[in-house]
Amino acid sequence: MRSAPRGAEGSALPRWVFAPAALGALLVVVPLVAVVLRVDWPDFVALVTSESSVAALRLSLRTATASTVACVVLGVPLALVLARSSLPGLRALRAVVLLPLVLPPVVGGLALLYAVGRQGVLGPPLEALGIRVAFTTAAVVLAQTFVSLPFLVVSVEGALRTAGRRYEAVAASLGAAPSRVLLRVTLPLVLPGLAAGVVLAFARSLGEFGATLTVAGSLQGVTRTLPLEIYLQRETDPDAAVALSLVLVVVAAVVVVGVHGRRGAGPGTR
Amino acid sequence: MTGPGGLDAQLRFAPRGLVADVHLAPGEVLAVLGPNGSGKSTLLSLLAGLLRPTGGRIVLDGEVLAGEDGRFVAPHRRGTALLAQDALLFPHLSVEANVAFGSRSAGASRRAARDVARHWLDVTGTTDLAHRRPHEVSGGQAQRVAVARALAADPRLLLLDEPLAALDVGAAPEVRRVLRQVLRGTPRRSAVLVTHDLLDALALADRVVVLDGGRVAEEGAVADVLSRPRSAFGARIAGLVLLAGTATADGLRTGGGTLLAGLRDDDCPPGSAAVATFSPAAVAVHRDDPGGSPRNRWAAAVDELAPRGDLVRLRARLRPGGEEVLADVTASSVADLDLVPGSPVHLVVKATAVAVHAVGRPAPRAGGGAGGTR
Repeated sequence: MRSAPRGAEGSALPRWVFAPAALGALLVVVPLVAVVLRVDWPDFVALVTSESSVAALRLSLRTATASTVACVVLGVPLALVLARSSLPGLRALRAVVLLPLVLPPVVGGLALLYAVGRQGVLGPPLEALGIRVAFTTAAVVLAQTFVSLPFLVVSVEGALRTAGRRYEAVAASLGAAPSRVLLRVTLPLVLPGLAAGVVLAFARSLGEFGATLTVAGSLQGVTRTLPLEIYLQRETDPDAAVALSLVLVVVAAVVVVGVHGRRGAGPGTR
Repeated sequence: MTGPGGLDAQLRFAPRGLVADVHLAPGEVLAVLGPNGSGKSTLLSLLAGLLRPTGGRIVLDGEVLAGEDGRFVAPHRRGTALLAQDALLFPHLSVEANVAFGSRSAGASRRAARDVARHWLDVTGTTDLAHRRPHEVSGGQAQRVAVARALAADPRLLLLDEPLAALDVGAAPEVRRVLRQVLRGTPRRSAVLVTHDLLDALALADRVVVLDGGRVAEEGAVADVLSRPRSAFGARIAGLVLLAGTATADGLRTGGGTLLAGLRDDDCPPGSAAVATFSPAAVAVHRDDPGGSPRNRWAAAVDELAPRGDLVRLRARLRPGGEEVLADVTASSVADLDLVPGSPVHLVVKATAVAVHAVGRPAPRAGGGAGGTR
């Protein structure tokens, strides 16, 4: 009989696993360090506070916040339906909702364009109501919501499944109507999962590029978000691009720490 | 006195093969025993409205909760509070807010709900915990709070799903006492108690239903079913020796006149209906009268010997009372004592190995208080 390694949980790792693992870590760390090394520190503040930079940053924060709110308003009910209802076609619905996770953003942008663009399915009726979506700030929010929604749905659905239905059964047996059970029991129970989903959705919205460019274009102050600004500056002013990139890196790092700092609040399993 | 809680249910759930009829007089407590997979949980889920029955009907106090015409009353309109194995206190609410949850759901004002909650916290001896969070109380305390929460919802019928099974041995008696007090005190409360524990059924229930494979295998008064099991499961769950009779000052007198010395529960005064239980492993078997001072020393005749793992289970009949007693002995003692069916033997059981429990209504507790927290 082999003796189990002492003090370790489970069996010991074979040593060779550490080599590719280290390479994987370096793959992420080296480029990040490279960005930091490349930053023009003396001019950093000036670069990130230029008119176009501030406009882009402000637009990014506004649109990412709006799309995160939209994700919560739409995604929580979607997650509830996916985790708790027994509608027919639930598997297909889940697959469709999660599609933007694996779709190239530019494809998502095209799809949105053909939905709400001038020539799109909903374009003419919206136009008749005096609403234009494509190439407006609303289109930015739409694109960000499209790509971020699955992050929120996955997080909340996973939290709902982990929480189980036993608390809800008890609450109902105590006389709580379904809405009361939802608001007073279910949602408080999945709050950590919801928080994780919000953080991920916000981060994904903040970094959105492809879908935004396709359906909203790149108009300064209107649709040119921070990632678009960075891409544009890369041609003309690489120092500004790098400085702004660092801003996004810092925001992303804060977000990641925010998610993993919470216990058990990672994105749930499907 | 007829309170609420009269139940008349034909429970049918085809996917799990449940076909069981259950009746409950107002104020009655019915224990549901049975092996795993026998349909106990399904039965409770149907009563609670968590499952939609595939047939039959459920009538509580004359109101059809589920019926053939497709009528189905939602769980929150049934008045059937659930108490599960785990307390399932809402983790984001204080203990007091948990207990007030039912009243608030029924539309009571904050103040009225708090008063109701405080009453039940007092009854269950958990007043000191009112402002704690559920994660700050022990398992036994949490379950007592869960009892308070269920009762504060003023249910017509309490549904208890193995309420003591998840508690450690130290915490279970206190919760059992609280349950006994609220179920069997005044006013009496109707309840269906799913359990696999003989003690729970004895302490809390008037009648017992034994489920096996989704059917009612036997039904009757608790002591009757357990002392004269007619189903395989009834016999197995009565793995203890159980003798019914009347409590005496230091134990119990059986209907056949045999006296047992044992540890009598506080709520089982002399003269009340009671049962004595002990493990077959606690019975020593002698060929000759061992003499000495053991207080439980009976003459008996061996009826049957059956191997049971490393041991031999001996079934003997006391003389002259005729009560049946089981004893587990080693195979070598069977050989040493030369035991065969019909052999006369002497059985000895330590008084400390015999438990005497009340059956039926509890006597009022002295002082009438709910007891303090631990």
